[in-house]
Amino acid sequence: MSRPEDTLSADIHYDDTEARKYTTSSRIQNIQASMTHRALELLDLPGPSLILDVGCGSGLSGEILSSIPPEEGGPHAWIGMDVSASMLDIALQRDVEGDLMLADIGQGVPFRAGTFDAAVSISAIQWLCNAESSEDSPTARLSRFFGGLYASLKRGGRAVCQFYPKNDDQKKMITGAAVKAGFGAGLLEDDPETKNVKVYLVLTVGGGAIEGSGGDITGVVRGMEGVDVLDARRNQKSGKGEIKKGSKAWIMKKKDQMERKGKVVKATSKYTGRKRRTAW
Amino acid sequence: MKILSLNFLTCAVKACKSSSDSYPLHPKDAELVQDEIEVNAQLLVNLLPRLDWTALSTTATELGFPALPPQPPSAEDLQADDKTLRDLHNLLMETQIMEGKLVCGNCGHEYAVREGIANFLLPSHLV
Ligand SMILES: C[S@@+](CC[C@H](N)C(=O)[O-])C[C@H]1O[C@@H](n2cnc3c(N)ncnc32)[C@H](O)[C@@H]1O
Ligand SMILES: [Zn+2]
Repeated sequence: MSRPEDTLSADIHYDDTEARKYTTSSRIQNIQASMTHRALELLDLPGPSLILDVGCGSGLSGEILSSIPPEEGGPHAWIGMDVSASMLDIALQRDVEGDLMLADIGQGVPFRAGTFDAAVSISAIQWLCNAESSEDSPTARLSRFFGGLYASLKRGGRAVCQFYPKNDDQKKMITGAAVKAGFGAGLLEDDPETKNVKVYLVLTVGGGAIEGSGGDITGVVRGMEGVDVLDARRNQKSGKGEIKKGSKAWIMKKKDQMERKGKVVKATSKYTGRKRRTAW
Repeated sequence: MKILSLNFLTCAVKACKSSSDSYPLHPKDAELVQDEIEVNAQLLVNLLPRLDWTALSTTATELGFPALPPQPPSAEDLQADDKTLRDLHNLLMETQIMEGKLVCGNCGHEYAVREGIANFLLPSHLV
């Protein structure tokens, strides 16, 4: 299947015709809604929050954020950034509740430090990897995006970015850029090895009040249905703490997880990231 | 562009990152509208400690609103006093800049606002 991401820039691909086609497809509406719900589940917000919707498009993801009832901790307020005027135009016509801005996330995230409780991005950030130009590179764009995103989230905040990586290299490039910006990062896949696979990059900002909660990526997915975390504090009573990443026990556990749906396939932290920095 | 967002947005120009004059952006030739939106008290209580009250006062004055009280309300004020809650809700959530510009006090860059959408796209030499 051809990927427009590989040849076009997003503002060109999402013109008026494509924006309308995209938004009126009930198949797409359903998929975007369910992925946004999944992202919210991973964010696990305690109450009504201010959320950044990265690549908000015509508002299919954002309107889910607005629709969460008080019993489920909502509704949330959101600010959406998108580079396609046509997509934003449809969002206006659909009268979404979020605040919209025309902006290229590859240029940065222009909010003061600690603005958002959380961020979501549904089916957008793979676009950051496209077309190299003499003026810009995917590496620079990813770095400005994740650097800006990191700063704009409050300490202890989280971001969940569902994206469609072209291949493993792109997955690594994106995850690596997030780690380099300071995030604790994990990749989670729903329906792995099927054509409906959905990849979620789960990001945490350290500095939460409780030691081990803020920057700890495993805390994010702990207790999630169908998701196993890459440490064993939950199961291990010995008080020895987590199974060391890369140890035999860890690899065994990981293999075990491969058989389940909704598994964490990769966890990285600031520290593993540092070690590998030269490789990126 | 809601006034809420204006309290968090900074100039996107790279050279302005380290300047305190690049926040808040200053509305110019602003046309405002008021939208009726349901009050979300919990959201406001959550946001309250994150608001920059000085910047919000500046914005309110620049838009021609009556001066805000010198001190922000407390979470208790918001929960106990419906008028305070509604006033804050009205300013932050219901008031929108529909047309106009947002101007950086440091570099002078003007971000156009059309149909309520602010344009933050930068020419590449400013990124
Ligand atoms: C598949 S749509 C998803 C829109 C929305 N999140 C949803 O779930 O329906 C991808 C969106 O990402 C936006 N996008 C791509 N690259 C972007 C960039 N560099 N900055 C901002 N938005 C971008 C596109 O314009 C498009 O609206
Ligand atoms: Zn500036």
